[in-house]
Amino acid sequence: MNKYQLSHLEELEAESIFIIREVASQFENPVLLFSGGKDSIVCYHLARKAFYPANVPFPLMHIDTGHNFDELYQFRDELVKETKARLIIASVQKSIDQGKIIEEKGINSSRNKLQTTTLLDSINEYQFDCAMGGARRDEEKARAKERFFSHRDDFGQWDPKNQRPELWNIFNGKKNFGEHFRAFPISNWTEMDIWQYILKENIKIPSLYFSHNRECFIRNNVVMAKTDFIETQAEEEIQNMRVRFRTIGDATCTGATLSDADSLEMIIDEVSSSRITERGGRADDKRSEAAMEDRKKEGYF
Amino acid sequence: MDLLRFTTAGSVDDGKSTLIGRLLYDSKSIFEDQMEAIENASSKKGEEKVNLALLTDGLRAEREQGITIDVAYRYFATPKRKFIVADTPGHIQYTRNMVTGASTANLAIILVDARNGIVEQTKRHSFIASLLGIPHIIYCINKMDLVDYNVKTFTKIKEELTGFSSKLNTKDVRFIPISALNGDNIVNRSNEMEWYEGSTLLHTLENIHIASDYNLIDCRFPIQNVIRPQNKKFHDFRGYAGRISGGVFKKGDEVVVLPSGFLSKIKSIVTYNKEIDEAHAPMSVTVTLNDDFDISRGDMIVRENNQPRILKEIELMVCWLDENPLIEKGKYTVKHTSKEVRGIIKEILYKIDINTLHRNVEDRKINCNDIARITIKLSQPLLVDKYNDNRSTGSLIIIDENTNNTVGAGMII
Repeated sequence: MNKYQLSHLEELEAESIFIIREVASQFENPVLLFSGGKDSIVCYHLARKAFYPANVPFPLMHIDTGHNFDELYQFRDELVKETKARLIIASVQKSIDQGKIIEEKGINSSRNKLQTTTLLDSINEYQFDCAMGGARRDEEKARAKERFFSHRDDFGQWDPKNQRPELWNIFNGKKNFGEHFRAFPISNWTEMDIWQYILKENIKIPSLYFSHNRECFIRNNVVMAKTDFIETQAEEEIQNMRVRFRTIGDATCTGATLSDADSLEMIIDEVSSSRITERGGRADDKRSEAAMEDRKKEGYF
Repeated sequence: MDLLRFTTAGSVDDGKSTLIGRLLYDSKSIFEDQMEAIENASSKKGEEKVNLALLTDGLRAEREQGITIDVAYRYFATPKRKFIVADTPGHIQYTRNMVTGASTANLAIILVDARNGIVEQTKRHSFIASLLGIPHIIYCINKMDLVDYNVKTFTKIKEELTGFSSKLNTKDVRFIPISALNGDNIVNRSNEMEWYEGSTLLHTLENIHIASDYNLIDCRFPIQNVIRPQNKKFHDFRGYAGRISGGVFKKGDEVVVLPSGFLSKIKSIVTYNKEIDEAHAPMSVTVTLNDDFDISRGDMIVRENNQPRILKEIELMVCWLDENPLIEKGKYTVKHTSKEVRGIIKEILYKIDINTLHRNVEDRKINCNDIARITIKLSQPLLVDKYNDNRSTGSLIIIDENTNNTVGAGMII
């Protein structure tokens, strides 16, 4: 490569920073959705780079199901303190208490789908006109069709068959009152890009991503962590396993991977030799062939 | 490792999705759970072979109808390169998506069905690729298995395409005989076509020279945001954030800020990790100047002896993307780099007949998917280059003020 050619990570970074700056310029009241997972951590890191030496000009918002791992809450609070971020916590429990949504029943119940209501209500409550998120197109087939700037109607719905064309690096964030946008600055990154970038930039991530010992059980061939949020069945035996998480969602629907990878280098080795996608362990995507598309149309991340 | 963005185009059923599925499959970029999901979906539909097209056809409607109706982005990497693929639809009514996919691509793969040869869509796609300034085109003559891997069929199509593409701007044009279904010449060399001496598709994609695809000569820095920390440590800091659209900027360079014309010098080039001595396209950086001026979003920092044109009336090729036709004398919003102005369509000069590439001066009704040469009168001047010189400062989008939709893609002449 010659002197004036960027590596793939440098080019992806330049693109994402450009998009985050466009969001800050084109919208009056944007917000960055922050789950505490690696993708939203990278997004936040890119946002800090985009406006350095000024502070990030928008808040973070965590749609909190209340079913997250303790390590995640701890990590989130430390990061917020260290970087002086503004954090809004939107609680799914509150939406349930207010009677807006009803908790799912049954052994595989999860609050994943319920987040949509809390998200849309919070966007309304705080009058956000653009919610940025760390979704990547390589994650899932419906996400592969997502634009960088994605228009939502006044019900928060996505119309995938009628999306605005997005050309060059010119982004059209125009909307009518009551509508909002979702913006996805790391659309073009893959799981591997994220890990390589975390290593390159030495970005802190929750300890859940590294190998550790944990009480687990196996359900539908997926290793699940034992937590207070899941009722185990009689035949499900609790075992102490050496695991890590490739992706972090709710404890109720995120599977763990048996792994000894306790450094970023080892994680990268593991990811590059893995034959299963990271969402392969996500029960939320397995509900039907178009599970993600259906949730996204309603207003999911 | 560097990054190559390419787009795929072809008529309906030319096998684009199958080709991408094949590239992903043979380069081992398909994971077991994805494979399992498409195996299940294929057998549910009663298909005998695993349908690799199902990998890219992500939306429910697409799987039901068996066609691609929107741009799908796919990613794969080999030890040499990372690839971003924009898989775009072949139906005429979705041509605007090809334009979308093509606008950011370094390379286009255009599929031609060996049984049918050049069809209307082949010409349309070649023309769009050329119009959008894609530097490299690879024609994949697909379904060679259905013409008994006949060298004469391939040679005939190649000659026709060479004749046609000589009328276009694309300099680097290549031809590869393939069968996406069977994997001939995609990743592995075909045993059936020993007469073909060129590279496989993947080998070509991995080795094609893309380093000179960015303009590194004409310095252009459109300003996106002004960075004013207003904290103790950086009390007087005033930086201009943006993505370099062209050229190389160095600390100490004498520059001019347009449209005001203020002269100054680059004091520093700031990134989060450190200050750097030089920055080039397409980096995102923050620049500080020796002097404090009133500079804002939409302004541009350039070199004094190499400036863009400052125009209040522009002439451009436009690809129309909307169901509502373009209105002559109509008012639209024009977005160009980080600047937004209003414009009136002053004149429709001609429409292009994409089959013959002839100019049609009689029919001036510009509908969705039409390509025309027009002039626009602007409310404020824009700082522009020719699209052929710079894809960033030479491009613009047209927005309908009633619907907020992006209705036109413009390439400045």
